[in-house]
Amino acid sequence: MRQKPLAFYVPEPSGRPGHATDFSYLRLQPAGAAPKPPIDVPPYDTRDLAMGLIRVLDEHDEAVGPWAEDPPDDELLRKGLQAMIRTRIFDARVLIAQRQKKTSFYMQSLGEEAICIGQVLAMRDGDMHFPSYRQQGLLIARDYPLVEMLCQIFSNDKDPLKGRQLPVLYSVPEMGFFTLSGNLATQFPQAVGWAMASAIKGDTRIAAAWIGDGATAESDYQTALTFAHVYRAPVILNIINNQWAISTFQGVAGGEGITLAARGIGTGLASLRVDGNDFLAVYAASKWAADRARNNHGATLIEWVSYRAGPHSTSDDPSKYRPADDWARFPLGDPITRLKQHMIRRGIWSEQEHQATQKACEAEVVAAQKAAESHGTLASGRTSSVATMFEDVYKDMPAHLRRQRQQLGV
Amino acid sequence: MAEKTKLKTRPMTMIQALRSAMDIMLERDDDIVIFGQDVGYFGGVFRCTEGLQAKYGSSRVFDAPISESGIVGAAIGMGAYGLRPVVEIQFADYFYPATDQIFSEAARLRYRSAGGYTAPLTIRMPCGGGIFGGQTHSQSPEALFTHVAGLRTVMPSNPYDAKGLLISSIENDDPVIFLEPKRLYNGPFDGHHDQPVVPWSKHPQGNVPEGYYTVPLDSAALYREGGELTVITYGTMVYVAEVAAREAGIEADIIDLRSIWPLDLETILASVRKTGRCVVLHEATRTSGFGAELVALVQEHCFYHLEAPIERVTGWDTPYPHSHEWAYFPGPKRVAEAFKRAVREA
Repeated sequence: MRQKPLAFYVPEPSGRPGHATDFSYLRLQPAGAAPKPPIDVPPYDTRDLAMGLIRVLDEHDEAVGPWAEDPPDDELLRKGLQAMIRTRIFDARVLIAQRQKKTSFYMQSLGEEAICIGQVLAMRDGDMHFPSYRQQGLLIARDYPLVEMLCQIFSNDKDPLKGRQLPVLYSVPEMGFFTLSGNLATQFPQAVGWAMASAIKGDTRIAAAWIGDGATAESDYQTALTFAHVYRAPVILNIINNQWAISTFQGVAGGEGITLAARGIGTGLASLRVDGNDFLAVYAASKWAADRARNNHGATLIEWVSYRAGPHSTSDDPSKYRPADDWARFPLGDPITRLKQHMIRRGIWSEQEHQATQKACEAEVVAAQKAAESHGTLASGRTSSVATMFEDVYKDMPAHLRRQRQQLGV
Repeated sequence: MAEKTKLKTRPMTMIQALRSAMDIMLERDDDIVIFGQDVGYFGGVFRCTEGLQAKYGSSRVFDAPISESGIVGAAIGMGAYGLRPVVEIQFADYFYPATDQIFSEAARLRYRSAGGYTAPLTIRMPCGGGIFGGQTHSQSPEALFTHVAGLRTVMPSNPYDAKGLLISSIENDDPVIFLEPKRLYNGPFDGHHDQPVVPWSKHPQGNVPEGYYTVPLDSAALYREGGELTVITYGTMVYVAEVAAREAGIEADIIDLRSIWPLDLETILASVRKTGRCVVLHEATRTSGFGAELVALVQEHCFYHLEAPIERVTGWDTPYPHSHEWAYFPGPKRVAEAFKRAVREA
């Protein structure tokens, strides 16, 4: 009998420009369906949660199911919603500034605002965050001055990073916001190491790591999972599955036919898969994972299912690889709209308050931008002193760098 | 060296000296942790961490999964927390999986965060050949580190320096790549592989203070003073240089760099300006090896003092072979020939 030739397989997204995406691959579950185990659950017993989807807000904007118990108070919800609105407005304004060449580059977090904002509000001061480049909400939710962020983006003479870093690669030690790197996934084992250090010292602080779906294919991702499991590190390992790594569909990162959370089960980590556009689910799952870590039950891997609504970056045009109306058709909707509707239904928010908040945030961002621009932008060429280029390579400047600085005449 | 005579000393191998350095630093600083493959209970495949876990507990000294990027990545996170990790990569030949963490992260943490975060790590790696280690137990990858801004690369050649340099490296706030020539772990080696190895107990530099002392980074040692020729080298090649000079009948200044980069340029320049002749030696392969940088520096700063072309004796531009070990290793014969060319032919 003749054997059929082997067939090479390459995953493809169902939707391409001019052709709608079939989102049935998302393995959705109704709100309230997923159980909530105790925080000391053995990792393997979370396998159904890793394959399912934790959701709190249902289609009527009601909070339902076991993950809706012990909800955040009204004030926290208002804070969360306001931070999401600010983040989105901030993103929109900086996008325009990039088009005006005031900065070379920007990356929005459109559609993903609930995830890092919901989590950071479930954490404590002193906890450490190892973000990727799309968690600006971590800073905004904690009221880090927008003007500082903008000075970094504009690389001006008040840039805290002295013009050394690409825009959005912030570093804010005073907020436990680790220095961002362009190299994907490297921060994942670093977060585990920070958590190990906290345990070594008998501290009570925990760490949170952030990665995108695409970067889970990096070797540092699996390395981090192994170390987190081996040493029971007090860390939350967050994967934002926004379905896209630049132009590449999450199936090419290994997400086809399986969830990304499922990989945690194989590594011995408690693993959750959560509706990333459901602020209440984000808060509840983050709180659960933080409690688990803080009580020495080890790490939790969380896959946040969301959608990258905007372009990958200001250098990207998604219309070349995916349908233009994809976000509108994404089944988990818009995190701001969903929380807003829920809060209005609960009587703790109103359309008027929403519009007033939007207005106030716009005014705040405009004022911050004006203040930042008074210190220069990339376009104005008013940047930090060139002499600082040679500083901080080492703690003390070695002789060869002093010579090079002299050669440059600065 | 004056300090050395005041301290109580005893004979140590390089292994014992390195262990003593780690022991002292674990004792002095609660923020120091040591981990890597097999370094915990077992005490390391080269015994460099023997007894340390029993003495300090497994939260200070522990075994790690076989994952170089995980070891270095976790150490960087610990450094960000405020610890001072001393990690081991079992062989320098196996640092490559950690390249991204070392080059993109540890080396640049301070710079990219404008001093907000630092990586006060020491990464120990046994390196070098001459032990029939073949391709992946013999390499000398120092040039891969010296090319990276933000790293310090250090290599001792004897027990005294090994301990003092390791203590300095651990205390230094920059990331330090600490390369240990495993051929020198038990005794000096001059390349005469057919002769019995002399243990460190018979060598003056094998007499090591028991307590705390440091050998400063960025300072070279003038290992032997000659006057006819300057030899710039480090690690095992220091001893090869010594025997080759004797066999060639040449009085050579032998400079043991100790800190490969950043280096002690003044000591090099002072010697070459005196001798007018220079030979650079290393085990690592030739092309784009660290010798090229040394040759360039000497040429740039000593051009009008030079009386002969600068020579380089290095490993060949091949992977490190097994059966042809002694044809590959830059031994005394090849080195002596270069010395003679540098001194007599030009």
